[in-house]
Amino acid sequence: MAELLATIESYLQLPYVLPTLYIVIIIAVFPLIAGYIVLLERKVMADIQARLGPMRVGPHGLLQPLADAVKLLLKEDLIPAKADWLLFWLAPVISVVAALVAFSVVPFSDWFFITDTNIGLLFILSISSVGILGIILGGWSSNSSYPLLGALRSTAQMVSYEVALGFAIIGGLMVAGTLSMQEIVRAQQEQHVWFIFYQPLAFCIYAVAAMAETNRSPFDMPEAESEIVAGYHTEYSGFRFSLYFLAEYTNIVIVSSIAITLFLGGWLRPFPNVEWLDFLNYCPAVAMLAIAAMSFLGAVREKRWMEQVGMGGLGAVFALLGLLFLLPPVLTAVQGLFWFLLKVFLIVYGFIWIRFTFPRYRYDQLMKLGWHWLIPLAIANIIVTGIVMVLL
Amino acid sequence: MPDKTFLDTNEIVINMGPQHPSTHGVLRVILKLDGEKVLGTECIIGYLHRGVEKIAENRTYTMFNPYVDRMDYVAAVSNGLGYCEAVEKLLNVQAPPRAQYVRTILTELNRISSHLLWLGTHALDIGAITPLFYTFREREEVLKIFEAYCGARLTTHAFRIGGLQYETYDGFEEQVKAFCNIFPAKLGEYEALLTGNRIWLGRTKGVGVLNTAEAIDLGVTGPVLRASGLKWDIRKAQPYAAYEEFDFDIPVGENGDTFDRYVVRMEEMRQSLRIIEQAVGRIPEGPVMAKVPKIIKPPAGEVYHSIEAPKGELGYFVVSDGSTQPYRVRIRPPSFVNLQALDRMVRGHLVADVVAIIGTIDIVLGEVDR
Amino acid sequence: MVLHDFFFYILAAIILGGGILTITRRNAVHSAIFLVMTLIGVAGLFLHLQAEFLAAVQVFLYVGGITVLFLFVIMLVNLDEAAKQRQFNRQWGLALGCVLLLVAEVGYFLYQGRDSFSFAESSGVLLQNNTQAIAMSLYGDYLLPFEIASLLLLVAIIGAVVMAKKQI
Repeated sequence: MAELLATIESYLQLPYVLPTLYIVIIIAVFPLIAGYIVLLERKVMADIQARLGPMRVGPHGLLQPLADAVKLLLKEDLIPAKADWLLFWLAPVISVVAALVAFSVVPFSDWFFITDTNIGLLFILSISSVGILGIILGGWSSNSSYPLLGALRSTAQMVSYEVALGFAIIGGLMVAGTLSMQEIVRAQQEQHVWFIFYQPLAFCIYAVAAMAETNRSPFDMPEAESEIVAGYHTEYSGFRFSLYFLAEYTNIVIVSSIAITLFLGGWLRPFPNVEWLDFLNYCPAVAMLAIAAMSFLGAVREKRWMEQVGMGGLGAVFALLGLLFLLPPVLTAVQGLFWFLLKVFLIVYGFIWIRFTFPRYRYDQLMKLGWHWLIPLAIANIIVTGIVMVLL
Repeated sequence: MPDKTFLDTNEIVINMGPQHPSTHGVLRVILKLDGEKVLGTECIIGYLHRGVEKIAENRTYTMFNPYVDRMDYVAAVSNGLGYCEAVEKLLNVQAPPRAQYVRTILTELNRISSHLLWLGTHALDIGAITPLFYTFREREEVLKIFEAYCGARLTTHAFRIGGLQYETYDGFEEQVKAFCNIFPAKLGEYEALLTGNRIWLGRTKGVGVLNTAEAIDLGVTGPVLRASGLKWDIRKAQPYAAYEEFDFDIPVGENGDTFDRYVVRMEEMRQSLRIIEQAVGRIPEGPVMAKVPKIIKPPAGEVYHSIEAPKGELGYFVVSDGSTQPYRVRIRPPSFVNLQALDRMVRGHLVADVVAIIGTIDIVLGEVDR
Repeated sequence: MVLHDFFFYILAAIILGGGILTITRRNAVHSAIFLVMTLIGVAGLFLHLQAEFLAAVQVFLYVGGITVLFLFVIMLVNLDEAAKQRQFNRQWGLALGCVLLLVAEVGYFLYQGRDSFSFAESSGVLLQNNTQAIAMSLYGDYLLPFEIASLLLLVAIIGAVVMAKKQI
């Protein structure tokens, strides 16, 4: 037994083993998470719109993502007759691969990350810029007018907002002084402040540009349903369509991760250096127990026994997790992960909230906003930051 | 003609509809685009043509009454009112005052429900998803009143030639009053979501401008005409039903753009509420049906009667040859006439504006095609 | 070092194959895609030489920026007309001959002088902070050439805008 453990440990110390393990975990788990982000979106949307949202599959629709996934996989996979089949096949793959590869430098916590290079942030930016190709090619290869319009719109939009996005990030980088994602988080710990307080303007510009980069409402012109049907993925169906869907939600998580890492303290808890706030470290356990309590409460309210069992089982799982998190070593281990995911959740929630509150910009207005406001403001922000840094 | 080279950029021709999320039914618009800019449009209608006018010639006057509900199906009550009053004019009978009041209340409620549907879909076209659910929530209250009154929610067939078939139900006035009490707050809610929103303003101000002269030339009526600055409302100009007895204002726009049409319709809902509030407290007692013979056989002659439907002037031209069936019924539908302003309004705008403008004209294809 | 060489040859094959396919495809969009392949291969080579910054910038600017703009233009162009045009003009045989001659010539001289130079090799140690190193040389040692280049680019941008926009 001891020998076995020792062998495992020696394997784990090989340089490629842990990252490979993490890659497998992320690629296996993330589609499921994306499915639940979709469920979250639908539930929040329903709440905003005074209705219930999915309720049929599983208790409170909790199994809806699985049902959706099965449905998408079983749908007929259509390729339009005059489409460029090679590119039609390639485009969603490019989108998904580019989106998932970006995870390789996201610092989920102080130990859970695939790799940490000294160009981390730049790597994410460059990889996500490759993702645009998937959208353009998808729109063009369908050989259809609406997708083409969607592709044209998204190209112009993403190329212009990438500039603003890049400039906003530079503002944050100047304060951090490094491109490595882990080092950026550590810099915030050392300087005792989240960079959002140094760079509020950069954060705002980043938030707007990120929404445009991920084609989220109010900047969802590339897929504006009421204008150009579904934009670049109008002709896609079944599994290919779900790949685009996956890429879109992956990108949302990626841009949220950048925002969190650069401006919101990454995996650090709020006020990481204030000792009398150490009780915040128990938040993961408390949150799990709270979810468990709410699940039990929900189970009591359910009418059908199947759903009672479902909710009860969910509650039991969360209660067990909560109790597990009370063990000090586990608590330290999940600390960073918990805060990081909590912040991702909050930002994604904000994205959804905005989506269902605002009307959509028009294409030219979007360009105007980008070029007349965001880019000059971002440049001004860089100049001011530079001057202040030199003077201090 | 210059040679086509490979550097020519393509002029894209897009076929929008008849199946498209925001053509409000089965309108088909062929758009000629330069990039995203609209160079010209061609409307193709008729996908929902059912020959309503021809059907009229083969039915008795009473039998034709339910058919008019199927034209503008979101404003069925107004359609019925127009038809019943036209035939009443031909017969030279007057509906009793009680019937007139109830007709006015129901028609105004119908105007509100029609405008609510317009608001929800218009906002949806411009990308605001949420207002649709809020407007449908209030529209539901109106439809409940219709359902309680005549059993149908959409194609109500609420009126009969000569008055009403049914007496109002117990609690009718209370239910209407309850609606009047909640509705102003809800209107405020919609306005909070849209009116001051920068994106909304950007998408509607200066889009699809129609000045007064153009609006008159195109024969446009209803809120679209009033938003272009002409104070023309048949409820005031040629009062019918019981409108003469109530106080209400006609909202008028200044610029004739999409935003003005939005403001005018929002204000119209307030004015409708005002009319309902005035009417509901003082519905006179008495019969709801005038003395009309069992078999309606109007004297030979012709009559034109128009009312202010939610979408504009709805006119019925009825010709009688003295038999039990109309010799000819010609309907002047507001949506059909207003739709011809589309080309004028979208030229030079972007694709995104096309859907905003189709939404702002507020068409119902059932009425355009008949 | 076997792995090292193996990656180099894979990348070289990607770059050369992509380059050849770029010029031989009739469909301009396909050409652009193979161009992307080549550019990503070059980025891979940069990574291979442990110049991560250059690799990331290569992908960011060339793939994410420039090819995307290429595609944007290509999509607006009438591709059916373009496909009908002759792809190579009549001098291609002559050109091929010249190129082969040149290759032979250069190859010969390289072979003759093979002892006097060596191919670039990765140093084997990680160049830490090569972002900073590039910044230092660009903004420190070579500030003047850098600024001149940026001025040139600015002039080119203004020229392009003036030419594209007939009336301002």
